[in-house]
Amino acid sequence: MSDAALRTASFRLPGLSALGPLLALILLVVLGAFLNDNFLSAGNVTNVLARSAFIGMIAVGMTFVITSGGLDLSVGSMAAFIAGVMILAMNALLPAMGVGVPLILAGMAIALAIGLLAGLTNGLLVTQARIEPFIVTLGTMGIFRSLVTWLADGGTISLDFAVRQFYRPVYYSGLFGVAWPILVFALVAVAGQIAMRHTRFGRYCEAIGSNDRVARYSAVSVDRVRLMTYVLLGLLVGLATIMYVPRLGSASGSTGMLWELEAIAAVIIGGTALKGGYGRVWGTVVGVLILSLIDNILNLADLVSPYLNGAIQGVIIVLAVVLQRGKSSA
Amino acid sequence: MSAPAPILELREVRKSFGPIEVLHGIDFALRPGEVHALIGENGAGKSTIMKILGGFLPPSSGEVLLDGRPAPYASGAAAEAAGVVVIHQEFNLAPDLTVTENVFLGRELGRLFLDHRAMRAGTQKLLDELGSRISPDARIRDLPVSDRQMVEIAKALSRNARVLIMDEPSAVLTSREVEVLFRQIDRLRAQGVALLYTSHRLEEVSRLADRITVLRDGTVVRRALRGELTEDGMATAMVGRDLEDIYPPRRHVAGSVALEVTGFSVPPLVHDVSFTLRRGEVLGISGLVGSGRTELAEGLVGLRPASGEIRRAGMPVHIRSVREAAAHGMAYLTEDRKERGLLLDKSLRENLTLSNLPDFGTPFLSAAREEGALSRAIADFDIRAPRRDMAVGNLSGGNQQKLLLAKTLLSDPEIVIIDEPTRGIDVGTRSQIYAFIDRLACEGRSVIVISSDMPEILGLSDRVLVMRHGRLAGELAGERISETAVVRLVMGTAEEAPGETEETSHV
Repeated sequence: MSDAALRTASFRLPGLSALGPLLALILLVVLGAFLNDNFLSAGNVTNVLARSAFIGMIAVGMTFVITSGGLDLSVGSMAAFIAGVMILAMNALLPAMGVGVPLILAGMAIALAIGLLAGLTNGLLVTQARIEPFIVTLGTMGIFRSLVTWLADGGTISLDFAVRQFYRPVYYSGLFGVAWPILVFALVAVAGQIAMRHTRFGRYCEAIGSNDRVARYSAVSVDRVRLMTYVLLGLLVGLATIMYVPRLGSASGSTGMLWELEAIAAVIIGGTALKGGYGRVWGTVVGVLILSLIDNILNLADLVSPYLNGAIQGVIIVLAVVLQRGKSSA
Repeated sequence: MSAPAPILELREVRKSFGPIEVLHGIDFALRPGEVHALIGENGAGKSTIMKILGGFLPPSSGEVLLDGRPAPYASGAAAEAAGVVVIHQEFNLAPDLTVTENVFLGRELGRLFLDHRAMRAGTQKLLDELGSRISPDARIRDLPVSDRQMVEIAKALSRNARVLIMDEPSAVLTSREVEVLFRQIDRLRAQGVALLYTSHRLEEVSRLADRITVLRDGTVVRRALRGELTEDGMATAMVGRDLEDIYPPRRHVAGSVALEVTGFSVPPLVHDVSFTLRRGEVLGISGLVGSGRTELAEGLVGLRPASGEIRRAGMPVHIRSVREAAAHGMAYLTEDRKERGLLLDKSLRENLTLSNLPDFGTPFLSAAREEGALSRAIADFDIRAPRRDMAVGNLSGGNQQKLLLAKTLLSDPEIVIIDEPTRGIDVGTRSQIYAFIDRLACEGRSVIVISSDMPEILGLSDRVLVMRHGRLAGELAGERISETAVVRLVMGTAEEAPGETEETSHV
């Protein structure tokens, strides 16, 4: 492959595929503002961003998993399971600890611990038992979903009313007028972008996803890095759940339904290669926002039925992959 | 020599990629019953010519003529249908399918259901004709590279190829396998097939080629018939300047023992290998592909589970990963630079520093330090890249190899194991790489060179180990290093004297 053919190919500018998602996002914002006067109001913007935050945090973690050549289908049911256990634990601790910050912190610690363990389980099954990530997480997806349904006995697990009132501000209030979930999501996104671009961990994720044999021959601990991506994702699912529980104060068998698909879709729309090797955290953030905005615009405008939301998102996802293919074949 | 009319011909072919013209008016013809060698340094335009002949690229101007008429094909598949078959360096075989399934891929026999029996018989017949003992039912994945090539040839024959274009077919073969390949080429020539052959091994060219075209920078600089051009002449024409001996003078002074390996086994292939390596020496390891050379090296640096004793400067060490090997000052350069050595879709910088990232900042990597390391590597190893941020896969093979060498040496190892240092690399770059190896030894480092290229082993090594069937077949040093001595050990014809093997392996 010594040709100038390939050499010239590399002279291409970072083209449509890199800026495409951003342009799409801007287009959506313009469209939204055009269709509804309320679209750019502080209330609506906060609403869209806060709802994006859960999927967003998970999607940032998913970016690392996918970049290193993995996949995690279990995050939606993992979130439901963590929410269920967290609520049950807080209810159980309530008589001993009373309503207060320590109880909330205990609940948060439990959520993070379960997220870590769940991610560890996925990661160990992938790296040690050498099972395909798709199969592993398809299995754990069913397990978590079934566990939370069992814990709820088919119904809903509700947080004690008093605790709920105390915990509410974590979703509904914020700092300098910015809601907490948005702040945390922004923090996660920035940290994720830095980790992907400027740390060994991010570089190793890309190297492994690009060619794991080359990574192994280059003294990279492939299994450990892969394991860490799943653990990181588990922790971020825990974090997302911490922000999510105060919103509704309950968990059921249908909590977090299809979050995994939304998170994966956001990653792909953002320009991360599904086969791994190239990750773009800021792209993922853009992807999450695109998905939320479509939903929001359909709800605000009467142009198209909101029931068609899924169809439009589907079209966007397929389109994103088509654009990606254009890039990789260049 | 009255030449028959060409089957496939290029007339005044030019090819540009964007603003850059890479072929400047090429005239080139392939005639039936002739082997036409196309030689030139990496980047001279050989691959582009082959792609145009094979229908994978259209020329920017000029004509491609098949039987004197404009070639009726615009794709590789259409070219194959017209009897023009290209055997790529990276084989075009489906690894999970069997030999038979590959040979008949895309033109399976049978109507509604596949006629497995007929296809298997057809494949067997082809393989028999080629004198190959590969089973038609073997999966490509399980076959060694040389057998895969045979399958490619069988596949081409099954398509009634009239023109066969072979892109460096010998690059991945051992000398014995090359002999088999040559017999096939002779047979095809006798059958009236027109063959295009490329190789960096000029002795192959002078042995095989009826006609030679030398390419330099996209222009034909020399045409010759068999016997008109010596190997020196070819090299000079390719490079455009006189090449002094490509091997450095041997003047190494072996120092203290750097590595002592005793009873080393890498299951399932390598058994009970013992040897010592001294500072400042180049130790060659020869042997057939499959004799366990690569496995031995990979066992030493912790890439494969192994048993036995390794002493590093007298101290026993246990190495279970490349990282631990690096901690003991050992580095390994793989024979498979595209699949194990470099991330082809990543830039030079990311590739260069991958094995040594901890040296480039914690917790945040310093892009400036990485760029600095790349600048030094580019200067030290004469890496020629049009752009620093280009994907490494777009570099020529020689520059990829230099980058891989730079990457391997970035950890400043005391012991460097280089597996096939110059596979598929042009003669100019080869002499550069030999000079690097020589410099390493002169600096007091120990170098192990594993190679299937006999002149390379003879030209570089201070000492030669020969492996056969996973065991050490013998050791040669100083005056005793000769082609016949190495070949005898490689082939096992020296085996009658077991005492000698015992004795030599402890020298």
